[in-house]
Amino acid sequence: MSEPIVNVEDLCKTFHSHGTDVRAVDGVSFAVDPGETLALVGESGSGKSTTARCMVRLTDPTSGRILFRGQDIAALSRRRLRALRRDIQMVFQDPHASLNPSMTVRQTLREPLNLHGGEGAVTEARLRELMERVHLDPNLLSRRPDQLSGGQKQRVGIARAVATRPAFVVLDEPTSALDMSLRVSLLSLLAELQRELGMAYLFITHDLSTVRQLADRVIVMHRGRVVESGAVDAVLDSPSEAYTKALIASIPVPDPSRRQRPQAATA
Amino acid sequence: MSSAAILAVDGLSVSFPGLRDERTEVLDGVSFDVRRPETVALVGESGSGKSVTALTIMGLLPETARIDGGRISADAKLAMIFQSPRASLNPLVKAGDQIARVVRLRAGESAKRARAEAVELMEAVGIDDPERRYHAYPHQLSGGMAQRVMIAMALAVRPELLIADEPTTALDVTIQKQIFELLGDLQSRYAMSMLLITHDLAVVAETSDRVVVLYQGRVVESGPAREIFERPQHAYTQRLVGSILRADKRVPLTTVEEPV
Repeated sequence: MSEPIVNVEDLCKTFHSHGTDVRAVDGVSFAVDPGETLALVGESGSGKSTTARCMVRLTDPTSGRILFRGQDIAALSRRRLRALRRDIQMVFQDPHASLNPSMTVRQTLREPLNLHGGEGAVTEARLRELMERVHLDPNLLSRRPDQLSGGQKQRVGIARAVATRPAFVVLDEPTSALDMSLRVSLLSLLAELQRELGMAYLFITHDLSTVRQLADRVIVMHRGRVVESGAVDAVLDSPSEAYTKALIASIPVPDPSRRQRPQAATA
Repeated sequence: MSSAAILAVDGLSVSFPGLRDERTEVLDGVSFDVRRPETVALVGESGSGKSVTALTIMGLLPETARIDGGRISADAKLAMIFQSPRASLNPLVKAGDQIARVVRLRAGESAKRARAEAVELMEAVGIDDPERRYHAYPHQLSGGMAQRVMIAMALAVRPELLIADEPTTALDVTIQKQIFELLGDLQSRYAMSMLLITHDLAVVAETSDRVVVLYQGRVVESGPAREIFERPQHAYTQRLVGSILRADKRVPLTTVEEPV
């Protein structure tokens, strides 16, 4: 077995609100292997998004360690952290809010390459290749976000995240702001990029149907704690914890012939 | 209008001001009906016109909108619930008082009797300890509880048709299940039809008798739910049905091109 690329050890994050402490993340530990997709699943208030934000240091953990290749992300200085950004990237939930509206796609994609791209100048050819990698027409490089569809914007967000060939990408609900018919193609793109580039994903979502399609392993969170974890098929087919069972039982089944309480249809 | 229809929408066209002097046609000859008692799903993605259809039926279109044609016949009392329950409630008024106001508007009841009926309605929608919750303000309610209050307000009208616009989109999946169970119970108890507006075909499969598929302001297909799921005719419906993901099944992730 290879060494995990990320080790999270006893992560805690407490928020102070109106004089009380809220333990949003309460002693969470897990490891991510290179090249795998680990899903972090939960409902609102489960702590999944706070965990994700700690992983990329968008928020500072209260305690615990986040080891990336043995280095504690939680304890790094800003300068050292910046060097790591090349390897740790994030795709955000809302593509409308996570792209700078005044920048063209070209400028958006240039930025990570200028900061972390290393060798040589950022050539037009490299940007066009990046666009093709996410199946976007390179002619869209001159567009601004308001001239793109929601699905195109999220592809730009993904291109920005993979531009520096990171080893670890946090996907924060990457399809939940998109129309259903765009979900499958976006998940397919993420799977394809992983095959080509070999990065590990931490896939944050509330949607177990996308977990089944994309993830290898899953961690179920509830009220800041991990309640269950394991291989996706094992957890979804035979959950052992009551909360996981309730969560799975709540998912609507898209099959009208299995509708449980048929109502009197009109003749 | 067929004999059993309690709502018939016939050739409805609606436009909004567009860029320059042109108008943007948002609905283009939309026709469908809702019979008694059944649940009809109005399905579409963003920009399909499904919410504008609901707002037109309820007379809630903004002033800039223009009805260019068609007619709506409703042979029933209507009520509507919305996607963001907390945003749809008045933040300054106690939950119970908001329900009681609707009771008084309907029946001109005394304040005392309206209050008693509001408590009964809160109980009917599964709110524990309604006497105490009556005094809660919207920000003190969870999303699921706020949607129950909205449903109680709708029931206060004694509607024969409930229009539910993405009623659970803002809610967690465990709460979604509770809300749809509640709506199903209320439908059988009060013989109420429902027009469910949603983008989520899994929810449609679990709740709806018939489906109307809207795409770019037009009805592209309609029929019994099973037929739409098993034998979709229109290319767009086929794409929608083909994009359904199931938690109990893995599908090959192969389609990579962005559909146009």
